[in-house]
Amino acid sequence: METDTITAISTALGEGAIGIVRLSGPQAIQTANRLFKGKDLEQVPSHTIHYGHIVDIETNEIIDEVLVSIMHGPKTYTRDDVVEINCHGGVVAVKRTLSAVLKEGARLAEPGEFTKRAFLNGRVDLSQAEAVMDVIRSKTDEAMKVAQHQMDGRLSRLIQQLRQTLIETVAHVEVNIDYPEYDDVEEMSEEMMRTKTKEVHQEIEHLLHVANQGKILREGIRTGIIGRPNVGKSSLLNAIVQETKAIVTDVPGTTRDVIEEYVQVRGVPLRLVDTAGIRETEDIVEKIGVERSRQVLGESDLILLVLNSNEPLTDEDRHLFEAVKDLRVIVLLNKTDLPSKMNMNEVKDLAGDFPVIPTSFIHDQGIEALEDAIQELFFAGEISSGDMTYVSNVRHIRLLEEAKESLEEAMQGLELHMPIDIVQIDVTRTWELLGEIIGDTASDGLINQLFSQFCLGK
Amino acid sequence: MVFNAGKYDVIVIGAGHAGVEAGLAAARMGSKTLMLTLNLDLIAFMPCNPSLGGPAKGIVIREIDALGGAMGQVIDKTHIQMRMLNTGKGPAVQALRAQADKPLYIKEMKRIIENEPNITLKQGMVDELIIEDGVCTGVLTETKAAYYADAVIVTTGTFMRGKVLMGDIEYESGPNNQRVSIKLSENLEDLGFELTRFKTGTPPRVHSDTVDYSKTEIQPGDEKPQAFSFETTEYITDQVPCWLTYTNEFTHQVINDNLTLSSMYSGMKRGTGPRYCPSIEDKIVRFHDKPRHQVFLEPEGRDTEEVYVQGLSTSLPESIQHELVRSVPGLENATIMRPGYAIEYDAVIPTQLWPTLESKKISGLFTAGQINGTSGYEEAAAQGIMAGINAAAKIQQKDAFILDRSQAYIGVLIDDLVTKGTREPYRLLTSRAEYRLLLRHDNADLRLTDIGYELGLIPEERYERFSYKKEQIEAEKDRLRKETIKMTEDVQSILDEAGSTRLKDAAKAYDLLKRPEVTYAHIERMIGANEEIMPEVKEQVEIQVKYEGYIKKANSQVQRMLTLEHKKIPENIDYDAIHSLSSESRERLKSVRPLSVGQASRTAGVTPADVSILAVYIEQGKIARVNEEPISQE
Repeated sequence: METDTITAISTALGEGAIGIVRLSGPQAIQTANRLFKGKDLEQVPSHTIHYGHIVDIETNEIIDEVLVSIMHGPKTYTRDDVVEINCHGGVVAVKRTLSAVLKEGARLAEPGEFTKRAFLNGRVDLSQAEAVMDVIRSKTDEAMKVAQHQMDGRLSRLIQQLRQTLIETVAHVEVNIDYPEYDDVEEMSEEMMRTKTKEVHQEIEHLLHVANQGKILREGIRTGIIGRPNVGKSSLLNAIVQETKAIVTDVPGTTRDVIEEYVQVRGVPLRLVDTAGIRETEDIVEKIGVERSRQVLGESDLILLVLNSNEPLTDEDRHLFEAVKDLRVIVLLNKTDLPSKMNMNEVKDLAGDFPVIPTSFIHDQGIEALEDAIQELFFAGEISSGDMTYVSNVRHIRLLEEAKESLEEAMQGLELHMPIDIVQIDVTRTWELLGEIIGDTASDGLINQLFSQFCLGK
Repeated sequence: MVFNAGKYDVIVIGAGHAGVEAGLAAARMGSKTLMLTLNLDLIAFMPCNPSLGGPAKGIVIREIDALGGAMGQVIDKTHIQMRMLNTGKGPAVQALRAQADKPLYIKEMKRIIENEPNITLKQGMVDELIIEDGVCTGVLTETKAAYYADAVIVTTGTFMRGKVLMGDIEYESGPNNQRVSIKLSENLEDLGFELTRFKTGTPPRVHSDTVDYSKTEIQPGDEKPQAFSFETTEYITDQVPCWLTYTNEFTHQVINDNLTLSSMYSGMKRGTGPRYCPSIEDKIVRFHDKPRHQVFLEPEGRDTEEVYVQGLSTSLPESIQHELVRSVPGLENATIMRPGYAIEYDAVIPTQLWPTLESKKISGLFTAGQINGTSGYEEAAAQGIMAGINAAAKIQQKDAFILDRSQAYIGVLIDDLVTKGTREPYRLLTSRAEYRLLLRHDNADLRLTDIGYELGLIPEERYERFSYKKEQIEAEKDRLRKETIKMTEDVQSILDEAGSTRLKDAAKAYDLLKRPEVTYAHIERMIGANEEIMPEVKEQVEIQVKYEGYIKKANSQVQRMLTLEHKKIPENIDYDAIHSLSSESRERLKSVRPLSVGQASRTAGVTPADVSILAVYIEQGKIARVNEEPISQE
């Protein structure tokens, strides 16, 4: 019997009506239960379906409204306990659910692993053995092809660079160990090690940051529309929604007034957050204060700040600028069909580097310019859309996170003044983890490095 | 006329470092053992450097000792100096190294072999193995003596088709101008063994009286008495120093001017040499920017004037060697007593062996030592003891004895050899071990003595002492767990002195010892010393407590490794029947024939997908068997 719990998205990724995240293994039910708001899944009978919500444990935020099937082994596909979480179709909800399950300790299934488990647990008929092995073969090859294809060349090169830095450091320590009398290499000091680990740590953090931005693209850019009452926020929303006519999904949340709408703007997925609130409530800044609103808004990836050019700037407008000054903002100067009563110099001053776009939503003017601006903001930078599929992506991100943790353990060892050769164990582990990302796990790399880097005798 | 010269349980061919350990282990496990060697005066001879131990290798000597081997005991009695290396580093990489008195080492080892009741020691050249129905049943010597046995261990080192190279001179020879073994090599080839050609080399030896030591730096041994063996109680105190000098631009000029005269640079295709032990020619060519290289002058013994010139291994013509040596400060007037040379020899490609070191082709035939493509006395001895144990175990129908990679450097060594093979003479390095924090020199006895005892290789009296040490370690750890240290002024000032932070609450001694800057000695001052316990016990407690977190982490990695190691592959598996395997993996698996899924996963060229497929296939066999009865859950 296998001891760990595996998970994967078991429906084709796409725009189907539902998507299923499946878990299998001894911890399947407990894992799902921790994420589930509804009945206690550990208490429900086998082969039953339950309505509820999957929540993000850290933020307590609702991820999706789901139906969960609980199936106790052995009468399951794999003969282990199996849980199937039926999410709303579409990519986002399913992937976020998968992420949540992974965070709770399940392991991402290898290609064909459910079938392999089913087989190993005696569920699949003997005559199917060959088929199972073929599945593993083809899926693994396919997954590798996909992974290679999707690995951004730049990322792969960067990881190779990081590995090179690490292996040189490791080889240096190894030389100190294996050839203690070798005078040509100075003893690797804590300080040297610290410099190197810090350098690599920073790069990994940066990679994770970029990966996160990639996630933004996949999951939708959290976009907030803000502005004083009656400046045209609703019209803006309607304009975008109508213009694109591409609502991906519409997930009702826990409360009536939180609605997220997904729209595609020139291929950039926007997740319009809290739009109901904007439509129906008073000025957000006034209501909850600058600090708090900054916090709320800070979770947004993009802010559309709407001004009414038909009226002079108010303190509320200025507060809004203040609240979003560190964010990515596009300023929309609405109602340009009416006479301008705004001090444009002050607007420009307040807007700083933010793009300012004159619009008239009622007359469908400026929408195109807005779309240009969004496109430029998200495609001009380091992010390119669709650079990784979700599966390999999750794997890469997890490995990067593990590598980062391992490096942090090394750094911690340094702070505690552990001997360098002990700190190095964690550095070597980091090197191996990074190697798994690019599929380089050859173990003689270190030995080769040792002998090419140093002239060794005794 | 071939004559029947007798029947033994085990025959060991060769009495070098592998041969002596093989013979002793087999004999001590109760096997009547015959040892045949070319020259009875050169038992456990060191044809190259006069030293044993060092990183990884020193740990191997302790492992051999814990399994009842002789190397540690002999070097403890015959060294001229000892040094603990890497003392400034963590406990995992500290290692003892001894400079040997070569003639004395031979004498002492010969004495041990001669006095081992179950060993018959004879001089003789083996030409052929006697094979019946794929089973090795004996050996035939050049004098037509046929010796019979149930197992034969070949430990012929670099003697098989050995060829000495020096400039344009080359002649068939074993190391140190000994007779070479030609027919045995041919015999192995005829039997279907794949051989490879390796190369190694040795530097010149100079006369001590012709060395001006005042131009060199002294390299003394440690003052603190040390030993490799758990048995050793008497220590050698008068030590002999080594000396350090350097090559310079003149040396490098000599080499560059004469490079084409070197055997290894003459353009002839030669055997593969080791990267970790390069000739001086290699160093100059590959690292031409380096202005100087270290040269250690190491006495070959107390009663000899020969000095080993460590660092000047060369196959240049003898005339150039004089120039070369004399360019080095301190050696301006040195007289070479033996010139350096390179030696080429046949080695068995070690993937043809099971992890027991028995050959896959011929049952009852074992090979160990440099013949398996390794280099180094310690690597040879390690294989020797393992082959000896396994030969005896096989005859006595006991379980095969295999150490895994988390148990010993010996396990790493043999697993590497039989799983990956080697493209150059193989040397152990600490970086080859995944779990080196577990494979320390200080705990070699704790790791392996129980096993050695079970095999019958550890005397009762020693085992009692060992058990007592183990009890003391546990007892002392318990004491530290119980003792609470309060925030007295004494305690705080000891902490200040240690450079540690003061206590804010009372703490257990055990937890306080975990602070990197707090030593066992500090703790002793706080809670009082336990007068009964030995220094080794204190050391062990300190290491186990201080590095507990790291050790735990390593242990959990070992557990993951072992789950694959425990998935055994049936010996009769037919890889051709597994259609889904990639052809490269299939070929590799057919050649290596790993015993476990773990070993398969380490085999070069076998992809993770193929390992999965293999696991499924093996389970299928189990299910097939289960299916004859009603299907049941595992």
